[in-house]
Amino acid sequence: MLGPIAGILFDGFAYGMLLFLLSVGLSVTLGMMNFINLAHASFGMLGGYVAVTLMQHFGWPFLATLPAAFVIAAAVSMVLERVMFRRMYRATDLDQTLLTIGVVFMSIAGAAYFWGTVQQPVAVPDYLSGAFVVAGVNIARYRLFLIVVALVIVAVLIAGLEWTRFGAQVRAAVDNQRMARGLGLDVDRAFSLTFALGSGLAGLGGALAIAMVGLDPGFAFAYLIYVLIVVSVGGLASIGGSFVAASLLGISDMAGKYYVPQLGSFLIYLVMVGILMWRPTGLFGKR
Amino acid sequence: MAAVLPPQAAPHEFLRARTRWHPLEIVFWLSTLLPFVVVPEYLQLASQIAIAALFAISLDLILGYAGIVSIGHAAYFGLGAYTAGILSKHGIGEPVVLLVLGAIVAGVVGYASSFIIARFRHLALIMITLGICLMFYEAANLAGWLTGGADGLQGIKIGPLAGTFKFDLYGKTAYSYSLIVLFLCFLLARRLTHSPFGLSLRGIRENAVRMPAIGAPSDAHIRKVYTIAAAIAGIAGAVLAQTTSTVSLEVLGFQRSADVLVMLIMGGAGKLYGGILGSIVYMVARDQFSGINPQYWYFWIGLMMVLVVMYLPNGLLGGLEKLTARWRRSPT
Amino acid sequence: MKAFSLCLGGLLAAMFAASGALAQQAVKLGLILPYSGQFADTATQMDNAIKLYVKQHGDSAGGRKIEIIRKDSGGIAPDVAKRLAQELVVRDRVDVLTGLILTPNALAVGDVSAEAKKFTVIMNAATSIITTKSPYMARTSVTTPMLNESLGMWAAKTGVKRVFTMVSDFGPAHDAEEGFIRAFKEAGGQVVGSVRFPVANPDFAAFVQRAKDSNPDGIYAWVPGGVQPAAIGKALSERGIDTKKFRVMGQGELTSDEALQSLGENALGIITVFHYDHNLGNKLNRAFVQAYNADYKRNPDLFSIGGWDGMHLIYEVLKKTGGKTDGEAMIGAAKGMKWESPRGPMMIDPQTRDVVQDVYIRRVERVGGKLVNVDFDKVRNVKDPVKARMK
Repeated sequence: MLGPIAGILFDGFAYGMLLFLLSVGLSVTLGMMNFINLAHASFGMLGGYVAVTLMQHFGWPFLATLPAAFVIAAAVSMVLERVMFRRMYRATDLDQTLLTIGVVFMSIAGAAYFWGTVQQPVAVPDYLSGAFVVAGVNIARYRLFLIVVALVIVAVLIAGLEWTRFGAQVRAAVDNQRMARGLGLDVDRAFSLTFALGSGLAGLGGALAIAMVGLDPGFAFAYLIYVLIVVSVGGLASIGGSFVAASLLGISDMAGKYYVPQLGSFLIYLVMVGILMWRPTGLFGKR
Repeated sequence: MAAVLPPQAAPHEFLRARTRWHPLEIVFWLSTLLPFVVVPEYLQLASQIAIAALFAISLDLILGYAGIVSIGHAAYFGLGAYTAGILSKHGIGEPVVLLVLGAIVAGVVGYASSFIIARFRHLALIMITLGICLMFYEAANLAGWLTGGADGLQGIKIGPLAGTFKFDLYGKTAYSYSLIVLFLCFLLARRLTHSPFGLSLRGIRENAVRMPAIGAPSDAHIRKVYTIAAAIAGIAGAVLAQTTSTVSLEVLGFQRSADVLVMLIMGGAGKLYGGILGSIVYMVARDQFSGINPQYWYFWIGLMMVLVVMYLPNGLLGGLEKLTARWRRSPT
Repeated sequence: MKAFSLCLGGLLAAMFAASGALAQQAVKLGLILPYSGQFADTATQMDNAIKLYVKQHGDSAGGRKIEIIRKDSGGIAPDVAKRLAQELVVRDRVDVLTGLILTPNALAVGDVSAEAKKFTVIMNAATSIITTKSPYMARTSVTTPMLNESLGMWAAKTGVKRVFTMVSDFGPAHDAEEGFIRAFKEAGGQVVGSVRFPVANPDFAAFVQRAKDSNPDGIYAWVPGGVQPAAIGKALSERGIDTKKFRVMGQGELTSDEALQSLGENALGIITVFHYDHNLGNKLNRAFVQAYNADYKRNPDLFSIGGWDGMHLIYEVLKKTGGKTDGEAMIGAAKGMKWESPRGPMMIDPQTRDVVQDVYIRRVERVGGKLVNVDFDKVRNVKDPVKARMK
C-alpha cells in the first residue's frame, strides 16, 4: 500500500513542479503591477519550441537548450513589454485581458505557421529516461530531474528576493507601489526585469514540459487554465504560495486520477473552488 | 433645471430621459432586418451572431453593470442548451416551451450559485466562476447516458416554430427566431439597466462597500442580476440548440466563455449595444478570416483584438464615443 | 452600422455573382476540417493528401472541373460544422460535402447531407453510426470497432488471458474499448480492470500504476493521436513496463510516427492494429509515400490515406456518373465500388456505404536504425461489425 501512495506523491509533486515553473512568473508580475497577462503560457510554449528547434536542427544537447529557452523567452517578453504591455499598465482590467488574449491567439497561429501543427517529438537523453526503484517506490529519472531543477530555482528565487537589492525593490513595489515610487525606486524598471525573469522561467518550464506532456500550438491555451489556478490558489506575488499551490494541485490531480479516475479533471477544479472559498486571496496571498 | 423641479422628481426625470429611444437605436434595430434582403445566404451566420449577441448581453448585465467578471459564463449557456436538447428528445418539441424551460433551469442554477458569487471579488471571483463552469463541463462529460458525452447529444427533435415554420437549410426561420428572442431579451435588459435597480448595480460596480451604507443591499442586488443573467444565457443556449439541432460539450467549454468575454470587451462593456456590436464584428471577422485563411486566421483575429485595445480603449463603442465627442467639440 | 452592413452585403453579392457564372462547369467540393485548434495537425495531414491527389490526377473528373472550398470547423463544434455545411450548400452551392475528421461534427453534417440530398464522403470520423445519419454518406477511413474487435479476437487467440484496459473518456474511445472487450471476452479472455481518463490528460503515471497493481498479462490502451501516445509511453517506461516482454496493445495511433520518435526505445514491441501505415510494402504505397515525402517532408498517416481515398472515391464516382452530381446518382455509383489503394484492396459496402478493407496487426521493430510498425499478420475484408449486428 505504501508503494502506490509514495509513488503518487512523487509523481504528483513532479507534475506540480512543472506547473510551478510555468506559473511563478505570472504570480509575481500580477501581484506587483496588477497587470493581467494571460499570454504568460505563450512564453512557456516559446521556450518549448526553442528547445525543440535547437535539438532538432542544431544538434544541441538537451541540457544546453534549457538556459537557451530561458534567455530567449525572457528576451522576447522584454521586447513585448517595451512595445506593447508597458503602455497598458493603466488600462482597465478588461482591456488588459483582451490585449493579452489577442497575443495568445497570435502566438498560437504563429507557432502553427513556423513550426507546423505537428506534435513536436522530443527524445530526452538516456541518462534522464527510464526509472529506478527505491524502497518499493518507482522513481522516474526525468521526474526526479524536474524536481531538482524546480527546488534549485525556488531556493535561488527566495534567496534573491530576500537578500539582494533588486529583491528588496521588488518586495517594496509589491507591498506598496505608490510608496516605492515616492521613495525614488524605479518601479517600472524593476517590473520590466521581473517580467522578463518570470517569462524566462515560463520558457524554462515549457522546455522541461515537452518531454513529459508534449508540445503543439495549443499549449498556450491549454496551460493557461492550470497557470491561473496555481496563481489564484497560491496567492498573488508569493513564490512560496505558488510552490505550495502547484504541489498541492499536482498531487491532488494525480491522486484523484489514481483513486477515482471516473471523476477525471473534476477534482482539480473542486480543490480550487474549495480553497478559494476558504481563503479568497489564496493560501499565502495578502490582498 | 433641477432648481425648477421638486427635489424628488429629479432622479425620476433623469431616469425617464435615459429610457427614451435614441434615433440611432431605431436605425440599428431596423438594419438587423437587412440580412433577409441583402445577404440571404448568410442567415445561418446571422442567426448565430444574434445568439452570441444575446449571450454577450447576458454577460454584460453582470460584468458591465455589476462588475462581476466571469470567465465561466458558458455554464448557463450550456445548461440552457442541454435542457432544450434533452427535453426535445423526450417529446417536448415546441420551441417556445423549451426556451422557457431552458431559462428556468439556468436561472435556478444561477440563483443557487449567486450565493457563492456575491461573497467574492477580484481574482477569486473570476476563478470560482471558471471552476463552476468547468465542473459542469466535467459533469456533462461523465453523464454520458444523459448528455451523449463527448459525441454530443443525439436525437434532438425540434418541432416547427409556432406549429408552422420549420427550421430550414437557409436559416430564415433560425434568424427570425433568434432575432425576435434577442430583441425581446434586449428590451428586458434595457428596461432593467435603466431602472433604479440598474443604477444601484452601477453603484455596486463603482464601490461595493459604500452601497449598503446608503441603504442599497448589494448582495441581494447581485444575486438578482446574476439570476436574470443566467436565465438569459440559458435562453441563448436553448436557441442555439434549437436552431442547429446540436448540443455538444463545447457549449460548456472554456473557449465559449472566453469568446463571449472577448466579444463583450471588444464591443464595450457596460453599454448593452457593446455586446451586440462586439458579436457582430467578431463573428463576421472570424467568418471572413477563416474563409480566406483557414489555418492561420487566429493570427488576424488576435491582431484585431490588440489593435482595438491599443487604439480604441473601452471597446469599439467606448472608442467611438470618445471619437465623436472629440469631433463634436473641435468645431467650437 | 447600416452603412457597414450595406457595404458588406454589396461586396458579398458581387462575389456571389462572380462565382455563379463558373458554377455551370465546376463540381464543387465543400471540405470541412478542423484547421485550427487542438486537432489542427489532422487537418494538415488530410489536406496534404488531398492536394497531392489533385496534383497527380488533375483538377477534373468525369469531364468536369473540380473546385475545393475549404472551411475551418475549429475543433469539436457541431454547431459550427453544421452551419458551415448549410452555408456550403445554400451559398456556395457545393455538390459534395467532405472532410469531417471529428465524430460530433460529422454527425451534425449528416443532417444537412440528408436534408439537402448531397453526396457526403467521411474521410476520417470513425464512429460506426455516422453513416446511418444520411443515405448519401459513404466513408473511406475506418470504423473503430472494425479495428478493435479484430485486435481483441487476435489477442485472445495468441495467448493473452488477463487484460487491463485504459482509454480516453471520449466517444470513439468508448467504442474502441467496447469493441476490444467484446471480442476479447467472446474469444475467452478476462478483463481484470478498466479505467477511463480525460481526453486532454497530460500525465498518465497514475493510470499506469493502477494497471500495474492489478497484475494483468496485457494492457490495452486507446488514446487519440497527438500529444497523448508519447505521454502514455513515457509513463509505461517510467513504471518499468518493458514492452518487449509485456504485451501492450492498442490502435495504430499509439505508435504513430511522432509518437515513435518521442517514445524511442520504449516503443519496441508494442502491438497495434491499423488499416494503414506508410511502411506497408506494396508498390502503390511506396509510390504514394515517396510523392508525399517529396512535397511535404513527412510521412502520410491515417488522415492522409483517408483523404487520399476519399478523393479517389469522389473522382471515380464522377467518372462513373459522367459528371452528374445529384446525391442519388453519386451514392448509387459509390455503392459497391472497389479499388486498389496504397493501404490494400478496398470497397464501399453496397448495403451500409461503409468501407470494407484489410486490417493489419503490427509490432514496433527497429529496421535499419529506425523504429517502424512492421505488419506481421492481417485480417482480410473486414466489415464494420456493429452495423453487421444491427441487421
